[in-house]
Amino acid sequence: MTMTATTDRGFLRAALGHPAFIAGFVLSAFFVLLALVSFLWTPFDPAQLDIPQKLQPPSLEHWFGTDHFGRDMFSMIMVGARVSIAVAFVAVGVGMVLGVPLGLYAAAHRGSLIDEVVMRGNDLVFAFPSLLLAIMITAVFGPGAINAIIAIGIFNIPVFARLARGAALSLWTRDYVLAARVAGKGKARISLEHILPNIGNLLIVQGTIQFSLAILAEAALAYVGLGAQPPLPSWGRMLADAQTLISLAPHMALFPGFAIIITVLGLNLMGDGLRDLFDPKLRRDRT
Amino acid sequence: MSALSVSNLRVDIHGKTVLHDLDLDLQPGSILGVVGESGSGKSMTALSVMQLLPRGSNWSGSITVAGNDLGSMEEDALCQMRGRDVGMVFQEPMTALNPVRTIGDQVAETVMVHTSAGRREAKAVARAMLNRVGLREDRFPLDRYPHDLSGGQRQRVVIAQAIALRPKILIADEPTTALDVTTQAQILDLLKQLVREEGMGLMLITHDLAVVAGLADHIAILKDGAVVEAGPTREIFRSVRHPYTRALLSASAHVPKRKRRTEPAVTPVLSVSDVVRDYPQPRRSLFVRPQPFRAVDRVGFEIFHGENIGLVGESGCGKSTLARAILALDPLQGGEIRLNGKLFSSAGDGPHPELRARMQVVFQDPYGSFNPRHKVRRLVAEPFHLLKERPQGADLDRRIHRALEEVGLVPGDADKYIHEFSGGQRQRIAIARALIIEPALIVLDEAVSALDVSIRAQVLDLLAGLSDRLDISYLFISHDLSVVRAITDRVLVMKEGKIVEQGDTETVFRNPEHPYTRSLVAATPTLDKALETDA
Repeated sequence: MTMTATTDRGFLRAALGHPAFIAGFVLSAFFVLLALVSFLWTPFDPAQLDIPQKLQPPSLEHWFGTDHFGRDMFSMIMVGARVSIAVAFVAVGVGMVLGVPLGLYAAAHRGSLIDEVVMRGNDLVFAFPSLLLAIMITAVFGPGAINAIIAIGIFNIPVFARLARGAALSLWTRDYVLAARVAGKGKARISLEHILPNIGNLLIVQGTIQFSLAILAEAALAYVGLGAQPPLPSWGRMLADAQTLISLAPHMALFPGFAIIITVLGLNLMGDGLRDLFDPKLRRDRT
Repeated sequence: MSALSVSNLRVDIHGKTVLHDLDLDLQPGSILGVVGESGSGKSMTALSVMQLLPRGSNWSGSITVAGNDLGSMEEDALCQMRGRDVGMVFQEPMTALNPVRTIGDQVAETVMVHTSAGRREAKAVARAMLNRVGLREDRFPLDRYPHDLSGGQRQRVVIAQAIALRPKILIADEPTTALDVTTQAQILDLLKQLVREEGMGLMLITHDLAVVAGLADHIAILKDGAVVEAGPTREIFRSVRHPYTRALLSASAHVPKRKRRTEPAVTPVLSVSDVVRDYPQPRRSLFVRPQPFRAVDRVGFEIFHGENIGLVGESGCGKSTLARAILALDPLQGGEIRLNGKLFSSAGDGPHPELRARMQVVFQDPYGSFNPRHKVRRLVAEPFHLLKERPQGADLDRRIHRALEEVGLVPGDADKYIHEFSGGQRQRIAIARALIIEPALIVLDEAVSALDVSIRAQVLDLLAGLSDRLDISYLFISHDLSVVRAITDRVLVMKEGKIVEQGDTETVFRNPEHPYTRSLVAATPTLDKALETDA
């Protein structure tokens, strides 16, 4: 009796009538597009130093100006979007792929030792300040995009494990799950056939929100110098570079800052919108 | 002057007409029964009188409460009207009370909102009202919380809240549907007594004709948002004029035709012996292991070939726990369950999957019984998972189609999603799912309780026909004695985890021996009984 009562067409129509979702979708899609285009074309080579042109304010030639080495800021932001989005996407993917099965497994064996171990393990990860542990991981394994992915991914595992477990527990008492058990289906099969499809919406919504948090986390790691390494540009490091020159060239801080804000805002709006759209009760109230 | 008079009421919600040309009249000190099936608009009628219609709705016509026309009143005045002139009792006593506030506060609140009474005065009124509804001070002080009370006691608190200001009208929307029969009888008595003594008008909304027949002075029968028949109760039942009323009456007293076979006592299809189900209790002390709660206590019975067995009892008696244990959804703590003489499960052993195919189940809730993301084809074919050689291709299609046809649906329904079906149709699909692997026994756990009377009659006919045609036995679990009486050969009466009486259904209901059975039978409202006492 939940979200499936809406066909795909009904979903599309509802989505078009949801301004926050549209705004979020457009903003997020814009940055994804920017990242994709950067593979084919950027106005300048983002790694090309051009010292005579350094610290140029925004102009027709350099849309977002240049940095202290004369690199084109717009090109750097385009390539930076690629890094941010790739890191966030893989990190959230890792969290989902590992966290959801853990949560489903724990729910299927509720109250067992395994359930306890999984959930207390989650508590342990949650208990660490996330950025601190990420810094530890990258400090041990060395800075770089891959290690940033691992560090951020680890923090996404318990988020998805808890969400999946909580949602699955309530589904395990449903009559159709009982009927499947009477039909002799095992716990793994029921989790896959009956539980997972019915918590998919929740996972997508949470995935969107986690995606925005991962972009923030990546920027934070890059800011302290533990993200993607030069010459690969990154929004976080661009901010760090701008720090000392903030009074001289404020555009160096403004543009990467806006890029982060707008992407995160867009993803959050989209996540909220998706939650409304997937919840028939909320949708009815809106009309 | 009428306590409530409704004329020409029309309500549209988002352009869809849900009530039209509705006329009702309620005199002080009398009871008006509003009867109808789901979707007939009976709850909308109540919400119109309360002026609590959902957003996006429009109404026209006139509603007069104690001489005041609601159409001309502002929201402030309406707020004053609700609670002071009109009290309301809801169906679900578990959610109608705020769990974190004491019952005294909740009753007193109504008084304080509507009068200038101080806290102390309001508490005094609350005390008086709780006494009035039978919750005496020594056992039910004002500082009790809702979770200390049973369902029936909570419903009494809700009633106390509704009558605290001695309203002119009391609206009760299915006030006893969520309660057990013995509790239902007490609550109905209380409502009747309050109406007579306080001179209130009571609008009793229900789907159950037997409830209003014994209680209401006047009856209005609703169908598709309009009154199809209205008048004094006795006249309506004596000379049924409208075909819909007649259909309702016959549906609620419906007994499906069954060919009663007496099978020689061979090996029972199901044999349950000394089954025990314990639930762990929460630990109260660090050093003392808590005693488990025994929900099913050494229960034993047998079901023979082609026999239908009823299992009745009030909520909490352990009948659903027993059903889950029989289906091996929960492990046993003692005893054993045999199917066709072969051991299916026992304490610490089983269930044996190859025997699972002999037994299937139909649950109560037609809405929660299906995964909303699968098509009917996949839902119905699910039990094939139990077979070693699963039917494939054309054979699978043929068997799905046959199962759907057995329950009165068409093969084309296999490619629809479950939300495209009504409650009654869904219950048919649930039966098809149980039938498809040709089990010997189907456990029906309140399988018709959530259905309207006319749909219920159809599903009962279907079940009776199937058991004759396909040689299936049923274990029919229900709190509704009239349904059990209609469809079973033998009946088991369960109380506090034990079976207190069993025997031939007619014999048990005619001459109940155990005092508990006697009280159950006496409390069940039936049309015949209601009309006899009336005459």
